[in-house]
Amino acid sequence: MIAIVDYGAGNLNSVKKAFDYLGAEVIVTDRIEALTAADKIVLPGVGHFSSLRALERTGLREALLNGATAGKPFLGICLGMQWLFKGSEECHEVEGAGIFLGRCERFPSSVKSPHVGWNSLAIQEGSRLLRGVAEDSFVYYTHSFYAPEVAGTVAASEYGLRFAGAVEQGTVFGVQFHPEKSGDVGLAILNNFCEV
Amino acid sequence: MTKRIIACLDMDGGRVVKGVRFKNLRDAGDPAECATAHARAGADEIVLLDITATSGHRRTLLDAVRSTAQSLFVPFTVGGGIRQLDDAAAVFDAGADKIAVNSAALRDPVLISRIAGRFGSQAVVVAIDARKVDGGFEVFVAGGRESTGRDAIQWAREAAACGAGEILLTSMDRDGTQSGFDCELVRAVAEAVSIPVIASGGAGSARDFVEVFRAGRADAALAASIFHFGIENIGELKRELREADVPVRWPC
Repeated sequence: MIAIVDYGAGNLNSVKKAFDYLGAEVIVTDRIEALTAADKIVLPGVGHFSSLRALERTGLREALLNGATAGKPFLGICLGMQWLFKGSEECHEVEGAGIFLGRCERFPSSVKSPHVGWNSLAIQEGSRLLRGVAEDSFVYYTHSFYAPEVAGTVAASEYGLRFAGAVEQGTVFGVQFHPEKSGDVGLAILNNFCEV
Repeated sequence: MTKRIIACLDMDGGRVVKGVRFKNLRDAGDPAECATAHARAGADEIVLLDITATSGHRRTLLDAVRSTAQSLFVPFTVGGGIRQLDDAAAVFDAGADKIAVNSAALRDPVLISRIAGRFGSQAVVVAIDARKVDGGFEVFVAGGRESTGRDAIQWAREAAACGAGEILLTSMDRDGTQSGFDCELVRAVAEAVSIPVIASGGAGSARDFVEVFRAGRADAALAASIFHFGIENIGELKRELREADVPVRWPC
């Protein structure tokens, strides 16, 4: 059972729908017990980093950290991936999980922001999440803040500068792009997560 | 970063239609089937616009959104008749990734901030219908019939400042004519705002897309009629864009 964390930010339908399509058993939940009972956790998210404050308020933060550090497969999508870093310039008051080092920053003013559209991935060999995904595959992004390339970056994209498209450490995974909106490539990535 | 090719489905009473300058509508099929077919053919995004949206038709629209979203795994924008936050919430709940607002945002720009505040700027597309008037570009509503007296470039700036994530800019002079995008209009708006601009109205050939990406500086281009009736295949269009060195998602 995969638990998709509902913390009141944005629209979780499309993430659930993609897992449904792949035949995975999923629930959308805001209950700590459900996260504890789940085999895998997905933290989606769009919008402002401050919306992650809800994780602290509800006690979900603790449950997510426990799950991720105990080896339960964890996938952060978009804002959910940024949460895996130390924090974001978008909102200093909310602390990230700090599983990946570095802080998220705003794109430079030399490029239009948000970064919206299909961009290609430069993929590192050996990633479990991106197994079978061809170099230079296109995925759909929509975000104004980016996570830096750090140890654990398994795919990078370029938009004004190089940034982390996907990160991976043990069974903790994060993608800045939206696999649920990235056609067959995205579905393949979600399927890899199901099979971890 | 690639340029996006967006397929637009104009919907009336649950059916996809397309007219020339919003008149003489012709039937083009079921929205879910059209959307899936366009995505398979290589469309980077799908936009569904309910062009006859009135309060009595909300259920038809929401049903169409739900069935279309079911097996669509590319970004999906829905517009038409979104007047308040609750309308937007219902459309998101039915499976849309973004909503497009037009006349309601003109009446009350705070609507943009309200929807962006709840669902994020990336989910808010502000649609602007413009026509050339006396050397400038004016905003029109009601399918291009009514002038608002507002300057299109200023309105685009204001919409962006309110929290719009993208501008969907339609030239009402070109819409449905297949005589090429209005590159002058698109470029003026694209240079005035820092958010992506989707050019619409007038697509007729691959050359038109090359022009709007180059001269018009568009981030994305949208077309409807040329894709429905098989005049142009999206895969073929992208092949031609690649040959012209316009970056596109490939293979699509």
